[in-house]
Amino acid sequence: MYNFSYQKVSSIADAVDAIQKAEDGKFVAGGQTMLPTMKHRLASPSDVIDLGGIDELKGISVDGDTVTIGAMTTHAEVAASSDVQGAIPALANLAGNIGDPAVRNRGTLGGSIANNDPAADYPAAVIGLGATVKTNKREISGDEFFTGMFETALEDDEVITAVLFPKADASAYMKFENPASRYAIVGVFVASSGGAVKVGVTGATACAHRGMRLEEALNGNFTADAVDGVEIPIEKMNSDIHASAEYRAHLVKVMTKRAVEACS
Amino acid sequence: MYSEELVVGWACRKVNRPVKWTSDRTEAFLADAHGRDHVAHAEMAMDKNGKFLAMRVNTTANLGAYLSTFATMVPSYLYAFLLAGQYSTPLIYSEVKAVFTNTAPVDAARGAGRPEATFLLERLVDVCAEDMGLDPAEIRRRNFIPVDAFPYQTPVVQCYDSGDYNAALDKALALADYEGFAGRAEEAKSRGKCRGIGLSSYVEACGIAPSAAVGQLGAGVGLWESAQVRFNPTGNVQVFTGTHSHGQGHETTFAQLVTEQLGVPIENIEVIHGDTSKTQFGMGTYGSRSLAVGGVAIAKACEKLIEKGKKIAAHALEAAEGDIEFADGNFAIAGTDKAMNIAEVAFNAYVPHSYPEGLEPGFDENAFFDPMNFSFPAGTHICEVEVDPDTGVVEIVKYSAVDDFGKLINPMIVEGQVHGGIVHGVGQALLEGCQYDSDGQLITASYMDYAMPRADNVPSFDVDYAPTNPPHNPLGVKGCGEAGAIGAPPAVINAISNALGIKHIDMPATPENVWRAAQTATS
Ligand SMILES: Cc1cc2nc3c(=O)[nH]c(=O)nc-3n(C[C@H](O)[C@H](O)[C@H](O)COP(=O)(O)OP(=O)(O)OC[C@H]3O[C@@H](n4cnc5c(N)ncnc54)[C@H](O)[C@@H]3O)c2cc1C
Repeated sequence: MYNFSYQKVSSIADAVDAIQKAEDGKFVAGGQTMLPTMKHRLASPSDVIDLGGIDELKGISVDGDTVTIGAMTTHAEVAASSDVQGAIPALANLAGNIGDPAVRNRGTLGGSIANNDPAADYPAAVIGLGATVKTNKREISGDEFFTGMFETALEDDEVITAVLFPKADASAYMKFENPASRYAIVGVFVASSGGAVKVGVTGATACAHRGMRLEEALNGNFTADAVDGVEIPIEKMNSDIHASAEYRAHLVKVMTKRAVEACS
Repeated sequence: MYSEELVVGWACRKVNRPVKWTSDRTEAFLADAHGRDHVAHAEMAMDKNGKFLAMRVNTTANLGAYLSTFATMVPSYLYAFLLAGQYSTPLIYSEVKAVFTNTAPVDAARGAGRPEATFLLERLVDVCAEDMGLDPAEIRRRNFIPVDAFPYQTPVVQCYDSGDYNAALDKALALADYEGFAGRAEEAKSRGKCRGIGLSSYVEACGIAPSAAVGQLGAGVGLWESAQVRFNPTGNVQVFTGTHSHGQGHETTFAQLVTEQLGVPIENIEVIHGDTSKTQFGMGTYGSRSLAVGGVAIAKACEKLIEKGKKIAAHALEAAEGDIEFADGNFAIAGTDKAMNIAEVAFNAYVPHSYPEGLEPGFDENAFFDPMNFSFPAGTHICEVEVDPDTGVVEIVKYSAVDDFGKLINPMIVEGQVHGGIVHGVGQALLEGCQYDSDGQLITASYMDYAMPRADNVPSFDVDYAPTNPPHNPLGVKGCGEAGAIGAPPAVINAISNALGIKHIDMPATPENVWRAAQTATS
C-alpha cells in the first residue's frame, strides 16, 4: 500500500468538494474492494474520502411500489430489513448471500454497483428489477448504469446517493457460486411484473447485462421450459479457470430456469 | 526447508538480533511447495474370478523447477512401495519417471506419496470390478491379504506387520448402509439427482521411519525420535519432546500417556515442544510419527524413571530393589502396605541426604526410539454423493470411515485428525489445484482462485475403528494424522464415477469437469 491522505466528510457537498480538490481522489464506502485493491497496489489514490459520515446516504424506505435503499446501506442491513424482505424478498436474499459476515457488515450497495465487478450480485438485481440509480447530479436507469468491466456511467465527482427498486409481482435470484471466491460465476435475477419479464445476468460477461433473448422467450410464457429453446451466444462469455464460455452460457440457462421456477 | 529459513538465520547473525520473516499469502502461493502432481497409467491382470495376478504402473512425477526437501523420495519410496495396497497381488511392476518442470517444487504434503498410490490403486480396483461385473466390495474382499497372512511381505519392499481388512470393510459397509444405497439412488433420481457410492480401502506406511530403512536409501539422517521426562521436586512433570504440536493436541495426548504410565495427575504435566533452546534434538512432526515414534520415546523415558524410582524407593523404604513393585503411581514393597508415591520419590531424589555411593540423585530421564518397521494404518472409507447433472455440482451426502490406527490414546483427538484428513482429501478430489497459464504465471495465487474446502463442502462424518495390534510398536499405536487425506480422494472420485457411470475423471472434479463428464455419459 502507498501513502494517501484520509478525510471523513459529513455531507455530499463536502465529499464533492474534497474529490475535486484532490489530485487523484477516491471515495471509500465499506472499503471491501477499495482496501484490498490498495493493499495489492492496484490502486494508489492520493486522497481517500470516506462517505461513512454522511447520514443522508443511509437507510431503507418503502414508498408505494418503490423500495429506496441508501448507497451506504450495508449488505447485512438489506438482508435483515423486514421492509426489503416484505417488498422484494429476492433482493434481501441476494444481499444475505454476498461474501461472508465480515464483508456483509462493511460492504455497501453503493460501493458494489460503483465498483461493477463482473461477478458482483447487486448489478443483476439493479438490471433485473429495472431499478434507478440516484446520484447527486441525476437519475440513471439501471440499463444505462453499467457500461463495461469495472466501468459505470458515473463521473469522477459523482456520488451515488440511493437506488430505487420497483417492487415486482414475483422475483428470484439464482447464483452459481465460484467455489473459491464465492462470487457469482453466473447469477440470474428474474422479475415478473404485470406480465412483463426482466432478466438481469451477472458473472457471465464483462459486466451485468439484460438477458434480452431470455426475456423474449419468457414474455408470454413464463415457464422454465420456455428457456430451453433460447440460444445463448458464447462469444461474449467470460472464460477462466473456473468456467469456460460454453459452461457459463449453459449455466445462464440453468440459473434462469431455476429462478423462473422459484418465482412460481 | 525453504531458503528463507536459512536467510533469516544468516540475517540474525549479521545484525545480532532476533529476525522474524513472514511471507504474505501471495508469496506463499507462489513459492511454497506443491503436492502430488502425478500422471500415471496402471494395468491389472486378473483371473476369471477377479483375483489380481499382476499390476503394472507407469508414473510421471513432477518435481517442479528445483528439488524440494523430500523431492524424489515422495514418488518413489513413499509411493511405489505402497502399490500393493490391501491386496495380495503377487507381481507388481512400477516405473516412476521424475521430471523437472517450471512449477514450484513439489514436496511432501499430508500423506506424501501414499495418497497418490491409493488414488491410483483404488480407482483401478473399481474399474476392475466394473469390467468383471463384480460389486466393488466383493472384488476387494476376494483380493484382501487375509488376516492370518501377517506379517505379510508385499512384492514392493514393505512388509506389513498387522491388519484385518475385512473387519474394517464390513464395519464400513454397515456404517454406510451400503445395502440401502439402491433405494437412496432411486429416490435421488426422482429429484433429478445422480447418486453414487464409492469405496476406498487404503493402507499407508507411517510412523516414519526405521533409520536403517532410510539409510539404505542414502538419506543423511536417522528418523528416531527423542524425549526427556523430568520431575520437579514438587512432583510436577515436564515432558520435552522432539516432535512439534501445531494443532495435533500433543499437549493432551502425551500428557495422557505419562499419566497412564506414571500415575501422575494430568494437570501436573506440562508438555514442552518447538523451542530448540529448551528441548533436546528431535526430528519433528510429519509422517504420522509423533505418537508412534515420539510417544514411544516418552514411554521409554517413563520406563527408565520407574526403574530409577525402584532404586530410590528401595533405599528409602529399606527394602531390596527386587521387592519394589510399581503400580498406579506408587512404589510399594510387594505384599505389604509400605509404599511411596512417585511425587515423594521425586522429592527424595532431589534431597539425597543419605544416598549410598552408586545411587544417583535426580529424577529426570532421556530416551530415544528408533522404530523397527513402519506402521501400517489401514481402513475403508465410503463416500456417497449426489451429482446435479445440470450444473455438475457434487454434494457429499454421507461419508463413513472405519480405520485401524491400533490403540487410541485420545479418541476425540484421533477423530479430529480423521475429520481434518478427510476434508483435506475432499479438497484434493473436488476443489484444489495449482494452475499456471501458458506463460508460466501462477493464476491460482490467492484464495479468490484457489479453492480451499470449507465446512459447507462436507457433511458430518460417521467415524469408527477396527483396530489391530502392531507387534513392533511398544504402545500398540499406528498413527492417524494422514489417513483421511489418503483414504478420501478415491472414495470421492469412485462415488462420482459410480453416480455418472463413467470410468475416468481427473481431480479436482470441478463442477465444469463433472458437468462435461455427465454430458458424455448421457449422450
Ligand atoms: C471476501 C470478499 C467476498 C466478497 N464476495 C462478494 C460476493 O459474493 N458478491 C458480491 O457481489 N460482492 C462480493 N464482495 C464485494 C463486496 O460486495 C464489496 O463490498 C463491494 O464490491 C464494494 O462495496 P464497498 O462498500 O466495500 O465499497 P468500497 O470498496 O469502499 O468502494 C468500491 C468502489 O466504489 C466507489 N464508491 C463507493 N461508494 C460510492 C458511492 N456512494 N458513490 C460513488 N462511488 C462509490 C469507491 O470509490 C470505489 O471505487 C466480496 C468482497 C470480499 C472482500
